[in-house]
Amino acid sequence: MEVFVQQLVNGLTLGSIYGLIAIGYTMVFGIIGMVNFAHGDIFMLSAFIALIFFIFLTSWLGIGSIAIALLIVLVLAMILTSLWGWAVERIAYRPLRGSFRLAPLISAIGVSIFLSNFVQVVQGARNKSIPPMVNGGITLFEDNGYAVTLAYKQIIIMAATAVLLTIFWYVVQKTPLGRAQRACEQDRKMAALLGINVDRTISLTFVMGAALAAVAGTMYLLYYGVVSFSDGFVPGVKAFTAAVLGGIGSLPGAVLGGLIIGLVETLWSAYFSIEYKDVAAFSILAIVLIFMPSGILGRPEVEKV
Amino acid sequence: MANPDLVSSTDTILTVDHLTMRFGGLIAINDLSFKARRGEITALIGPNGAGKTTVFNCITGFYKPTEGMITLTHTDGSHYLLERLPGHSVSWKAKVARTFQNIRLFSGMTILENLLVAQHNRLMIASGFTIGGLIGLPNFRRAEGEAVDKAKYWLEKVGLTDRADDPAGDLPYGAQRRLEIARAMCTGPVLLCLDEPAAGLNPRESLELNELLLSIREIDKTSLLLIEHDMSVVMQISDHVVVLDYGTKIADGLPEAVRNDPKVIAAYLGVEDDDVEKIEAQVGL
Repeated sequence: MEVFVQQLVNGLTLGSIYGLIAIGYTMVFGIIGMVNFAHGDIFMLSAFIALIFFIFLTSWLGIGSIAIALLIVLVLAMILTSLWGWAVERIAYRPLRGSFRLAPLISAIGVSIFLSNFVQVVQGARNKSIPPMVNGGITLFEDNGYAVTLAYKQIIIMAATAVLLTIFWYVVQKTPLGRAQRACEQDRKMAALLGINVDRTISLTFVMGAALAAVAGTMYLLYYGVVSFSDGFVPGVKAFTAAVLGGIGSLPGAVLGGLIIGLVETLWSAYFSIEYKDVAAFSILAIVLIFMPSGILGRPEVEKV
Repeated sequence: MANPDLVSSTDTILTVDHLTMRFGGLIAINDLSFKARRGEITALIGPNGAGKTTVFNCITGFYKPTEGMITLTHTDGSHYLLERLPGHSVSWKAKVARTFQNIRLFSGMTILENLLVAQHNRLMIASGFTIGGLIGLPNFRRAEGEAVDKAKYWLEKVGLTDRADDPAGDLPYGAQRRLEIARAMCTGPVLLCLDEPAAGLNPRESLELNELLLSIREIDKTSLLLIEHDMSVVMQISDHVVVLDYGTKIADGLPEAVRNDPKVIAAYLGVEDDDVEKIEAQVGL
């Protein structure tokens, strides 16, 4: 029981990070129908940006308060990663829009390889680490000498996910930008005829996805304390899986999918074998897609005849 | 007839000048010139494949014409060369709106949202590009209130007020057509281009449509350009008719005059085999 609750907490934390990355996949897929394979590497890049700023702020400028440092790091990482996201869309995807469907996909794989190699060259191939930023936690309950703890960093991660999901959901549902995004999703040419700048709307979608990836990257760094140039791939693929599982195109679905993948992974590691945790996560995807092809919260496409 | 104080013979809203559109070897539009006057309903008619929709596509920036110029003039005298504007500026800057032959509503969004999307730019600016909207600036709230009022005005006009929060895809066919017109009008156009608005409507709906179009001309002071097959619509409401056949203009004038034009009759009804050459010589083929 104690182990289960502890794994539940750990799983939800990991799932929150997956969920944040998955939103970027789901929004981009929703609006231009393209899987942005470089998104995982954007996430990795943002973790490095966060790392650099964190070390800069704490060691060089000597900012004592971790809370302030974390907030500044988060904001800066979001801004800079958004710029990267914007630039990638502008350089690698926009010129290929209207080309055949596979072209932007191949371009995305190219960007992904470029980003991980770029970071490898600039930052080195070794793991980079930071001293633990947030220590301690709350002991939820103790039984048979096993204390179930909720670490402060886990609280930060879950709270950040909840808050950002609410804000982004509000943006998509209630603001003019969100309406434009949903309109472009359904019919880009018609949206343009109503005066919507489609290119700008797509750019902003990439920016929003990258900003959330930056939050995930910062949280990843906060949680594990280490990051390497190759860390974009596996979390990226799992977040993509989460987006598909939750129903691609659906924001709450992406977070739900992320939480499920995170939970399956940690619970499997705790009770079965840690080596096969990825197999378990991807098997769940396969099983769900067989019975619910459009994902858990995805809308099935119904053609009215 | 058109409201006389709105129209003077020199007040042209749309000038199509020597427009030619080629697709490879196919000439879809051949050296077409016509004018649409402000405050009037101009109808573009012709048999299937005459190039009517291609003209619309050139006007609204879907196609870049091979040759020619399309000029839109606002009341303040400013000109817009429509063939040079990027896609979204046709609506936002030049204030031209259009509907399609097939319905292209955002079916997953509610009816009200469809009308708000059409007012995107004004709201986007008022919301300070979303940030201001998120923190609820009073300026944005006011703009959104105005947008909703405008949407309500059009919902009232097309008789869909009580269904404002339903998904647009759930509406019956005729109502979807009316909603498309309402959405196009929410962009605040000076010229509304309608591609076969009466297609698939029953006679009663068709009559309601006529009234709606006349009221758009009279009350909302918007000029209309319409493609129509339904001759009852064309003859009852248009002030001016342009007839196309094989991409070439074969007649241009008042509905009564066009209706009795032998070239038009020949193009629509066909002619006896013996007369083909004679008619073709007249038409200039």
